[in-house]
Amino acid sequence: MATATPAPIPGTHIFDGAAAQKGYALNAMCYSFNSAQNRDAFVRDEAAYIDKFQLTAEQREAVAARNVLQMMAAGGNVYYLAKLAGILGLNVQDLGAQQTGMSVDAFKQMLLDQAKTPAAKEAICG
Amino acid sequence: MAKVIGGVFTSHVPAIGGAIQRGAQGEPYWAPFFNAWPPVREWLDVQQPDVVVMFYNDHGLNFFLDKMPTFAVGAAEVYRNEDEGWGLHPFPVPPGHTELSWAIIEKLVEEEFDITTCQDMLVDHAASIPLALAWPGREAPVRIVPITINTVQHPLPSAKRCLALGRAVGKALAEWQGPEKIMVMGTGGLSHQLDGERAGFMNAEYDKFCMDNLARDPDALTTHSVHEIVELSGTQGVEILNWIAARGALGASTSEVSRTYHIPISNTAAAVMVLETEAAVQSGKIKHEAEPEMI
Repeated sequence: MATATPAPIPGTHIFDGAAAQKGYALNAMCYSFNSAQNRDAFVRDEAAYIDKFQLTAEQREAVAARNVLQMMAAGGNVYYLAKLAGILGLNVQDLGAQQTGMSVDAFKQMLLDQAKTPAAKEAICG
Repeated sequence: MAKVIGGVFTSHVPAIGGAIQRGAQGEPYWAPFFNAWPPVREWLDVQQPDVVVMFYNDHGLNFFLDKMPTFAVGAAEVYRNEDEGWGLHPFPVPPGHTELSWAIIEKLVEEEFDITTCQDMLVDHAASIPLALAWPGREAPVRIVPITINTVQHPLPSAKRCLALGRAVGKALAEWQGPEKIMVMGTGGLSHQLDGERAGFMNAEYDKFCMDNLARDPDALTTHSVHEIVELSGTQGVEILNWIAARGALGASTSEVSRTYHIPISNTAAAVMVLETEAAVQSGKIKHEAEPEMI
């Protein structure tokens, strides 16, 4: 029997057991990218590499589209996806921009602007 | 008798490692964060710790989803940092203190924490970068005991449980009969969220609440559920669990030596704090009492 789940947090996806189970193949592929040799193999022949890890159709589509939200919907966890993003030349600001629908510059500015709020100023002086 | 002298708490964003390896510490973007460290190093010079008990979370270097321990304690002679997928040069990692590891493991199990033990363990940027910040350009002159907390795959342990874990580690340290001076490190956070439509979320107000209460009332940080911490601090802001556990190991009474808070580094609200115990060398020269308005 499932326990009561707390109210969802807007724009936030909890990487829970269901996601971990669903995303296993995609995350396993991303985990393999700790090895430079494996990163090279992916770059050389992406389709063959993906076959080796038996990604689901949804995961293949998300990777082909280079779409982070889709990868997360397919069970991807950002700590592992970051290793794939590295191969694609994307840093966490690029990922943030893509997920929020902002330009990379606007996303970076949004990060900088958070230092200017009264709460931030108080914490910085703290 | 061993003495627990205090703790260093810091963000561990991988980009910090990149900045170190590029020599970018003095650039305007990075200086506010790196400027936090000279006072920390001064404190370390005075205290001369022999051992670091390191509370952190692994991000997919040592642990994958095939085996994901809630709490794991390293008991290896040697630890290594390796490529985590971005091709950064591995940072030097000091040797383990296996006798102390096993003393901690014994105490944790006695206290009914059902932990995982690791005699072969890679340590990722969350352990290696804080050591490189504290002792730049060399292998840290300490031995380490790494303790990881699962902050990756929910369900995560509660803040209350992490504080209790830290307190049980603190008991082991208090009972340790060796002559070492022991410090703790707690790494990660503060507020940040890398994933989802809310990516880029930070929360200075919650971060300040955590920093204000870390020394004086760590139990205050356990009033929130993990879900509430995610809401307040971001999906990766839950790394505050590492800070909470490390604080628990310091015992009841600590005072704040230094604090730096800066927004942003990468997507993260970054913080560096030093707390010391009564067993620390009392270093009036660099010790700052909390400002009255913070009390």
